[in-house]
Amino acid sequence: MTAYLTYRWRGPDRTAFLPGPTSHGHYQIELACNACHTPWMGVKEKACLDCHSAELKLANDSHPKSKFTDPRNADRLKVLAADNCLTCHKEHVPERTRAMGVMLPDDYCYRCHQETVKERSSHKNYAFNSCATAGCHNYHDNTALYEDFLVKHLDEPKTKSAPRVASRALLAFLNESERWPRKSALTAAKHDAPASARADKETLHAWETTSHARAGVNCSDCHLVPDAQSKMKSWSDKLDHTACAACHKDEVGGFLAGKHGMRLAQGLPPMQPVLARQPMKREAAHRELGCTSCHGSHEFDSRRAAVESCLACHNDSHSLAYKNSPHFALWEAEVKGGAPAGSGVSCATCHLPRQKSATDSVPRVLVDHNQNANLRPNEKMVRSVCLDCHGLGFTLDALADPALVHTNFIGRPARHVESLDLAARRLLETQSKQTKP
Amino acid sequence: MTTPHKKLVLGTAFLASVVLVAGLTGCNKPAAPVAAPPPAGFTPKQMADGLFAVMSSDRAVYTKNVVARLQNDEKVIKASEHWKDEKALPLPAQMFRMGAEAVAEKNPGFTYGLLSLWPINKQNTPKTDAEKTGLKFVSDSGGKTNYYAEETLGGKKYFTAVYADVAVSKACVSCHNGHKDSPRTDFKLEDVMGGVVIRLPL
Repeated sequence: MTAYLTYRWRGPDRTAFLPGPTSHGHYQIELACNACHTPWMGVKEKACLDCHSAELKLANDSHPKSKFTDPRNADRLKVLAADNCLTCHKEHVPERTRAMGVMLPDDYCYRCHQETVKERSSHKNYAFNSCATAGCHNYHDNTALYEDFLVKHLDEPKTKSAPRVASRALLAFLNESERWPRKSALTAAKHDAPASARADKETLHAWETTSHARAGVNCSDCHLVPDAQSKMKSWSDKLDHTACAACHKDEVGGFLAGKHGMRLAQGLPPMQPVLARQPMKREAAHRELGCTSCHGSHEFDSRRAAVESCLACHNDSHSLAYKNSPHFALWEAEVKGGAPAGSGVSCATCHLPRQKSATDSVPRVLVDHNQNANLRPNEKMVRSVCLDCHGLGFTLDALADPALVHTNFIGRPARHVESLDLAARRLLETQSKQTKP
Repeated sequence: MTTPHKKLVLGTAFLASVVLVAGLTGCNKPAAPVAAPPPAGFTPKQMADGLFAVMSSDRAVYTKNVVARLQNDEKVIKASEHWKDEKALPLPAQMFRMGAEAVAEKNPGFTYGLLSLWPINKQNTPKTDAEKTGLKFVSDSGGKTNYYAEETLGGKKYFTAVYADVAVSKACVSCHNGHKDSPRTDFKLEDVMGGVVIRLPL
């Protein structure tokens, strides 16, 4: 028995040691026990924050640990130990794990915020298990839900006039940045692959038509890979995400933080659709996910990566409905040249959104390759995506309607989130109080 | 109000022990006997007063030399509660709270915060007996006297000091008086608007 267990522990398959199935957030890396556990199967104190601290910071976390370590909150910690992620999020207990990987009953807000009902008459008819329902409040991320933000976005139209997503404008960024010196554009004739690499005409043509060739990035810039020990560079035909990270560090970082790359980040073999819990296309079952699985290995067609690459694997109702959606009609019009750049809505427009960022203090628009960053709860998508084109009221209603999400937004929201109404009413009350003598 | 008896032995004793160890191990010459220094350190009250001196000075400098100057005098940039979204300066109270949270993340053993009998955010209402008594005390004294007490929270004993937080600029007064969530709207310059609460473990 001992020998068998030792064999299983040291081998690639440790499933025998799983105390129970993990949540949708962690099942891909459930065999990387060390990511969360100490050698004797305790839980690492910083395990959650090792992966999630950046997104919590970005979301201006409404309930950071530092708020609860103050001794004045000792009485509250007895009611709800909110200084520890594991109070709400435990793993290997599927029978108790609900949406968002939360194990507590939905009325957890009540434990500390009982006074809300007394102070806000507008809230007296709301049950405490409805605080964190779509469109009202979130425990961590309220950046699109706080009252003054709602007030700022009152009375917005369903769809804004001339909606556009930000242009990546990569060339303008490269011109301004000092990190990448400008090089002359290259043609197939100037490739520097060794004869042994047997670069065929098709491959060279694919490379020649990319922004890589236009920016002077030659074959050796990617294919000469340093040895882990000696650091001596030698040619490699097969590249992984580390080769791309030499120039696209932020993009690769996002990829490794999301569902597509999290296994690689934990030292596990790449994700394959067959391992996914969501419905995936059978023919894509054993495709290994890396940068080139979506972008191609030489053509690096970002349009293909934005739609066709996604639909080559994803087989759920939302994905399958996309090509009948108004979003796809806009995308098709842009791709065919009948609509302005940035007016189309691809899978990537929503799930790999363009974020204003800065590298070496040079402003840029970066594609966030962590497709999970804005996925759950879906209000996280409001600011990073939806408001580029839609008003806040329509956005909250649409995201709160699961059936509409299911059909990829074909139709109108059947639900209405009241938070904007409440904010508008309170604004009127405040204004009338201030104008009274 | 109680007076603390215990000594909080801090840096001096540590430095003395470092010097002693260095003297014993770091030289080629035979180590000369080093007399142990007399016990030294700060009382909790001295420590809290020192921390408050730093906090209140930084806060006053930020309020007057950054916010009041750039927002009110030179009208270069606004200060806003939603400073990130509005690309504005954080309000002085927010700056103070951000500092307190950053300190809490480093877990240095003590905590501090800004509370008020009239808080804009209800979570900053005094909760413990020492907070309630202390905030009333410093407010009634017009900010002239501090409040010190010992209290037990979560089974641990703390030295708690409360210092008046006074409206040092017009910006403090106008913001609190005009805020929709402010329970008091008649603050004047130099009024006690709240209090800084510092807790040291005993």
